[in-house]
Amino acid sequence: MGVEGARRMIRIAGAPAAPGLAQGRLHRPGARRRAERRPGAPADERAALARAIASARVELEQLAARSGEGEAAGILQFQLALLEDEALTAPAFAAIDTGTAADAAWRGALDEQIADYERAEDAYFRGRAADLQDLRERVLDRLAGAADAAIPANAILAAEDLAPSKFLAIDWRGGGLVLGRGSPTSHLAILARARGIPVVVGIDAAACDGHGHALLDGYTGELVLDPDEPTRRAFAERMERDRSRQAAEAEYLARPAVTGAGERIWVTVNLGSLEELDGIDASHTDGVGLVRTEFLFQDRHGLPDEEEQFRAYRRILDWAGGRPVIVRTLDAGGDKPIPGLTRTGETNPFLGVRGVRISLRHPEVFAIQLRALARAAAHGPLRIMVPMVTVPEEMARVRWLLDEAVAGTRAAVRPPLGMMVEVPAAALAIDRFEADFYSIGSNDLIQYLAAASRDEPELAPLAKPSPALWRILKDIAEHGRRTGCEVSLCGDLAGDPAAIPALLDCGLRKLSVAPAALASVKAAIASYGRSS
Amino acid sequence: MSAEIVTSERAAGSVLLDHAVGLHARPSVKLTQLAKTFQARIELALSEAGPWIDAKSIVKVMATKAPKDTILHFRAEGVDASLAVAALIGLVKRDFEDGR
Repeated sequence: MGVEGARRMIRIAGAPAAPGLAQGRLHRPGARRRAERRPGAPADERAALARAIASARVELEQLAARSGEGEAAGILQFQLALLEDEALTAPAFAAIDTGTAADAAWRGALDEQIADYERAEDAYFRGRAADLQDLRERVLDRLAGAADAAIPANAILAAEDLAPSKFLAIDWRGGGLVLGRGSPTSHLAILARARGIPVVVGIDAAACDGHGHALLDGYTGELVLDPDEPTRRAFAERMERDRSRQAAEAEYLARPAVTGAGERIWVTVNLGSLEELDGIDASHTDGVGLVRTEFLFQDRHGLPDEEEQFRAYRRILDWAGGRPVIVRTLDAGGDKPIPGLTRTGETNPFLGVRGVRISLRHPEVFAIQLRALARAAAHGPLRIMVPMVTVPEEMARVRWLLDEAVAGTRAAVRPPLGMMVEVPAAALAIDRFEADFYSIGSNDLIQYLAAASRDEPELAPLAKPSPALWRILKDIAEHGRRTGCEVSLCGDLAGDPAAIPALLDCGLRKLSVAPAALASVKAAIASYGRSS
Repeated sequence: MSAEIVTSERAAGSVLLDHAVGLHARPSVKLTQLAKTFQARIELALSEAGPWIDAKSIVKVMATKAPKDTILHFRAEGVDASLAVAALIGLVKRDFEDGR
């Protein structure tokens, strides 16, 4: 028996936040502690703090220079500006003059600012407390003489949380990240996905203590500690296959999607925030097949007004550069609560007041969104899609409200108005619904067809594509062809390479996928109908 | 012995902040960076009655937590005061030079 078998293998299930595989030694950056300084003469303490701030500035400048534009650079520029501001540093120097050690003085000054941000009503400003904490730790590290802890390549980093500047400072080649906090929609997850670094969240970092080696699966969310030799070997083989698959798929990323038989398929992306735009090259897409406008309404006080919405829609249109952009009107309710709008305490939110059912009950809120959309449509090929449509009258009412919005804003054109097909009652009677286009929302359609929640792990074998689903997809695609009405599919199913042949068999020719799935979906399309 | 003639001037102005998200980090950084290019002492307030804060300080500017649709008031004192106020108002009007 080898040394590897000495520690027992442990498997821990977390939530996948960025795809990919990594294996390597575990690294716990938060584990080390700094010794407290004994205060020297005030002049020495002043000098020590000034040196620490200066070298922290140099580090941030170097990081900022490497990170280009976008989200990451924005975070670093903000931290740099803070560090250059005397309003931040003066209280620390004042405390030193009264005999406080440099580290305690700096911590005190920053903690005061941090507490102020943490008290903010607005979620955005509360979130900035993390930037201040990041800055506090960076300077304290310099004071303690520690450089950014060198993390070797091929390491699996396990932490409760990770500051963005730390994340950006790490050489991630071959590595991966395990976080206690964080979610798949956090900024860190977005940064990681854009860089191809696997991330799993929801695993207590302390559980990794005392373990040496780890395997990280960013596809399934599994972390394996001290894997035995067979597990390690099997994982290494999977990594190899994954690498060659990625290399093969990357070939397809920049090209239009074409089947093996030469038929052009339209592949668009689904968007859940504006930050994602930084990580996607519009020319790799045929546009945006789904904008989840909930992001404009969540994590904030009050609802977004017309101007804010208009700017967000306009920004997506500008990014898309003339490619079509399908914006879904607010799909609140179900698993997407919005304070002040959605109902609380519904016994079955997925069968409750959600999607267009909410919008039609709050015409004053809905009208603002429709006006913003009508105005944005003057700047590019924008289309509007209505979620959770159940009866034709709902489409008729939305059309009337949109006409009002178009007239009210003196918009030159009425953007095409389509419906999301996700309620079986609509999917099975699609010919009764008047719409300029149809987009099939496969996630909800699957769970409503099977009467099985997608959030219930025990029911996973039921909440999946069924013969009933394929039959419905085929009928809708056929209806679209007959009437000349465009049909697309925008659920998770479209992003699953294994499902692509079945979807194309159904006659679907437009698919909308998560940005990370673009290459693998295009590769799956290319191998469809290829004569061997 | 020539006495330098310092033509110190005062200027003031206001502008509606209609940036999509209000004075978040990115616009605040741009605002303070621009303010620092002027010699004049420049102050910012969300109401004419004050409190007035140093427009060159990111800590102070972010602390206003100015939401969208606030009116930003600027006042400046120094050789390039009117230039400074005009430039800052221009920056806000140009949506901080980004499309977001």
